[in-house]
Amino acid sequence: MEIKKLASAGTMESSDAYVEIEPATGLEITLESVVSQQFGDSIRQVVRDVLTEQGVENAKIRVVDRGALECVIRARVETAIVRGGN
Amino acid sequence: MRRSMLFLPGNNPNMLINGNCLGSDAIIFDLEDAVAPDQKDAARILVRNTMKYMDFRGCEIIVRINSIDTPYWKQDLDEIMPHRPGLILVPKTCSAADVLEADAYMTQVEEKLGMEKNTVGLMPLIETALGVENAFSIASATKRVKALFLGAEDLTADLQCKRTKESREIEYARTRLVVAARAAGVDVYDTPFTDVNDDEGIQVDAALAKALGFTGKASISPRHVEVINAVFSPTQKEVDYAYEVLEAIALAKEQGKGAISLYGKMIDAPIVNRAKQTIAMAEALGMERGM
Repeated sequence: MEIKKLASAGTMESSDAYVEIEPATGLEITLESVVSQQFGDSIRQVVRDVLTEQGVENAKIRVVDRGALECVIRARVETAIVRGGN
Repeated sequence: MRRSMLFLPGNNPNMLINGNCLGSDAIIFDLEDAVAPDQKDAARILVRNTMKYMDFRGCEIIVRINSIDTPYWKQDLDEIMPHRPGLILVPKTCSAADVLEADAYMTQVEEKLGMEKNTVGLMPLIETALGVENAFSIASATKRVKALFLGAEDLTADLQCKRTKESREIEYARTRLVVAARAAGVDVYDTPFTDVNDDEGIQVDAALAKALGFTGKASISPRHVEVINAVFSPTQKEVDYAYEVLEAIALAKEQGKGAISLYGKMIDAPIVNRAKQTIAMAEALGMERGM
């Protein structure tokens, strides 16, 4: 899927994640999380997995994690992709 | 067993992921009223991912989709049904035709997914005057309908009356729905009590619903779940009496008697049926005979 415009999903509330996506060349993932030392690699992997599943090869994506579980991060990244691709 | 059903807003991760820790027999992931129109996509995707990746064992999942007069409901079903919710709650169901429209699309989705027809049940939410008047035809429209659900907030708006704690304005709707559901052989669930801080009020309201014949009651607050579960559970005295009824009937059969009394009251088929229901529920709750 081609990301055509800046889009966002999620909130800054506890247990949620806020995700922004915008057009770019190649993939660039930025993560802000209080647990990035412990779980940063696995959160980035989840983001990469969703980008792959959705066929996104070019995008700049920023994730602000507020203690979200994997299923929530997946959902917010997917929503941002869908919104950015429309 | 669904004594209690707790509504959880579909776009609130904090509530969704903790849904099975709140004590209710079923949780209702809400894609309708609790979700703003510009967040329908986000809620649908969040609920789908939550159902796919989280284990809610011991707690039935029900999803309230958007009503069939919106552009959202088919996509709701497309994304939710693969994860096999126990029931789909269809808001603003007014007629058997509404049920058949939802049923036809659910059948299409099941066929596409290779699922057996009627794998996912349907629970019409009756919240209009027309829906109340059509309650029996709604409940008996298709085998997919497993229960009726009364929604009093929208109903009282439609009736152009004030919603009160005493609930006299929904007396007719309550009794009408119970009769319609029982006549159709399906369960029936009562509307939530909306004052989350009124502990006495929820007790009275739940007890009234139980007395009228409702199977269980919905809630919008985890605070109400414990009270609802207690009201809709059999008491130890009721369980013990149920066992005594079955023993009395067994003894009557042994002695070749056609009728028997217990504590001066004739035991007949409806009492035996109720005793069996009580024991089935007690067993489901892990209750044993007291003495």
